[in-house]
Amino acid sequence: MRIVVAMSGGVDSSVVAGLMHEAGHEVIGVTLQLYDHGAASGRKGACCAGQDIHDARNVADRLGIAHYVIDAEAAFRERVIGDFAESYAGGRTPVPCVRCNQHLKFGDLLGLARDLGAEALATGHYVRREDGRNGPELHRAADEARDQSWFLFATTQAQLAFARFPLGSMPDKARVRAEAARMGLPVAEKPDSQDICFVPSGSYADIVGKLRPEATFPGDIVDGEGTVLARHDGIARYTVGQAKRLGAASGQVVTHIDAERRRIVVGPRDAGSRAVRFAEANWLIDPPEAPIRAAVKLRARETPRPATIDALSGVATLDTSALAAPGQACVVYDGTRVLGGGFIV
Amino acid sequence: MTPFAGAEPLYLDANATETLRPAARAALIAALDRVGNPASVHAEGRAARSLLEKSRAAIARHFGARPQDVVFCSGATEADAMAIHGLGSNRPILIGATEHDAVRAAAPNATTIPVNADGTIDLATLDRLLARQNGALVCLMAANNETGVIHPIAEAASLCAAHGAILHVDAVQAACRLDYDYLALGAASVAISAHKLGGPKGAGALLVAPAHADALAPLIRGGGQERGRRGGTQNLPAIAGFAAALDTAQLGNVARLAALRDAIEAGAREAGAIAVGADAPRLPNTTCLALPGLSAETQVIALDLDGICVSAGSACSSGKVARSHVLDAMGLGALAGCAIRVSLPWNASDTAPARFLAAYRRLAARALRKREGFSTSPEARAVAEPAII
Repeated sequence: MRIVVAMSGGVDSSVVAGLMHEAGHEVIGVTLQLYDHGAASGRKGACCAGQDIHDARNVADRLGIAHYVIDAEAAFRERVIGDFAESYAGGRTPVPCVRCNQHLKFGDLLGLARDLGAEALATGHYVRREDGRNGPELHRAADEARDQSWFLFATTQAQLAFARFPLGSMPDKARVRAEAARMGLPVAEKPDSQDICFVPSGSYADIVGKLRPEATFPGDIVDGEGTVLARHDGIARYTVGQAKRLGAASGQVVTHIDAERRRIVVGPRDAGSRAVRFAEANWLIDPPEAPIRAAVKLRARETPRPATIDALSGVATLDTSALAAPGQACVVYDGTRVLGGGFIV
Repeated sequence: MTPFAGAEPLYLDANATETLRPAARAALIAALDRVGNPASVHAEGRAARSLLEKSRAAIARHFGARPQDVVFCSGATEADAMAIHGLGSNRPILIGATEHDAVRAAAPNATTIPVNADGTIDLATLDRLLARQNGALVCLMAANNETGVIHPIAEAASLCAAHGAILHVDAVQAACRLDYDYLALGAASVAISAHKLGGPKGAGALLVAPAHADALAPLIRGGGQERGRRGGTQNLPAIAGFAAALDTAQLGNVARLAALRDAIEAGAREAGAIAVGADAPRLPNTTCLALPGLSAETQVIALDLDGICVSAGSACSSGKVARSHVLDAMGLGALAGCAIRVSLPWNASDTAPARFLAAYRRLAARALRKREGFSTSPEARAVAEPAII
């Protein structure tokens, strides 16, 4: 079948393209140009394409498949970077990868794949798509350490039906690299990408500050009573649950970010709450009308927490209290299966 | 599978680069065996120099220039930059709104001359702008690469003369497709590219009017080649191919290309396309077709997958399709993002329209379905749309 592969230029999506090609599909590689690489790296006059785009092309060339670069800069700026800055300015901690998956990879790119008459869109995500009794299901990857299911909770059922994740059953990254080497792909030894793709220097607060300067203005660190304990250099540098950068308030954790008054509120390390509210929910099952027992993950890397989830009111009641950071995702799991989730509010 | 899978691609992107003409190919290959450097004193050097000067004379004759006023360089991007830096360094610069990036990037602080809705330069505004400037350099392309729209160069040249300004003409797309002598019309300089007229890539020339020949300051000094106006050993094989392409470039082919282009345009309009700039005088080989509802890049990719090579906007080095400043300048609004360029090469086959239109009609049907159906979210579209074109 004709299948579009989202190729980032990294080893994972390159192996996906290779495997689909080997399987006899008509593979169309597409790379989304998400931001002007020259501008991001601060080099005036640098090529707008980063090394990753050249790598993707080289891989496609090596495989002998068609490859196209799509300008997704405007959508990325608005829906991912804009949302990123907006969230920090509002005292939340965004997950840009979720927005990118939601709007660009499984939004615009999936639409392009349909327009090109493709029957599926394959990506290098480490998740499994299983065909269940009531349609496709999203499951955690076989390689627990690489599992990305938390980042894909916002994928709709229709999007999931069109998606393929050939790496979901790979036992580990070494196997993926071995496959790349076996197929002679020039990215077999390429290091894994780090952190947030549009923050090359690692200073995400600078990017937030450019778009929403007030998020990097100094302010007070206070306790629950409003007593000033220390100063901070911008709410964008803080996340609920954070214990660093607290100065004289060290030993405590951030329990709340008051964006309006630019205040970081701290509390004791065992602070928390059992109720986690979430919004913008997406369900990969029929939205449950009664509360269900399942597990939730409130961060990308943590052990699922047993909870009772009320889909109608958008509340997960944890068995034991925790500090949930607004802007992060509350993803609901039944064993390995993602049932749905929402953004923590 | 697609009907033409496995067949030779149908090449309809001549404005990106023309098909190499057989005489150019032969001359290029023959010149590859010329060992000498045209600057060397020995016999091999003299032989190389002889070929270089013969080529220069042929190119000069074709474009109505004196041989000594032909400055060889790497191509039109360099020729445009050479004119802007070499003739415009002490002048206010005005450029047309639909100029190629070769001009736009070389004159980042230039004043922009707007175009009319049909894509031709707005002469009344040019007149007003020139009245305010002293001794400006005006850069205007003879014909636009994306739409084929021909600018009124003679009128622009008269305005320049009346206001004491000088005119640089980017004649890249017009060369060998239109029968004009831009130097005779009053241009101070003219940029030409070999590979846009059926010669090899890697050679071009700036033709300078005798009155400005001494004023041209070099961009690259190097070893003083090209009478000190462009340093660096000349790309002799490409230049020999350049001259040979001109020898065989027949304007007589123009009527045939125009008929093929008109057939493509008529069929595309029937399928729902809008031909951009069709009310203006245009190059015979070019049409710019807008199909509302489907992005330009989707159209280019879908046609490529059907074995048809066209383009949209101007491709950056990443290969991404950037939004067309040309169509934006013409005030096309959202339509600007939905237009592709079809440009027939000199050797286009008589079957090209039928083959192009077969694929284009499928695209148009999909665009129509998108326009009629789902003006809702991408998610709703994804649910509602069948997967197959």
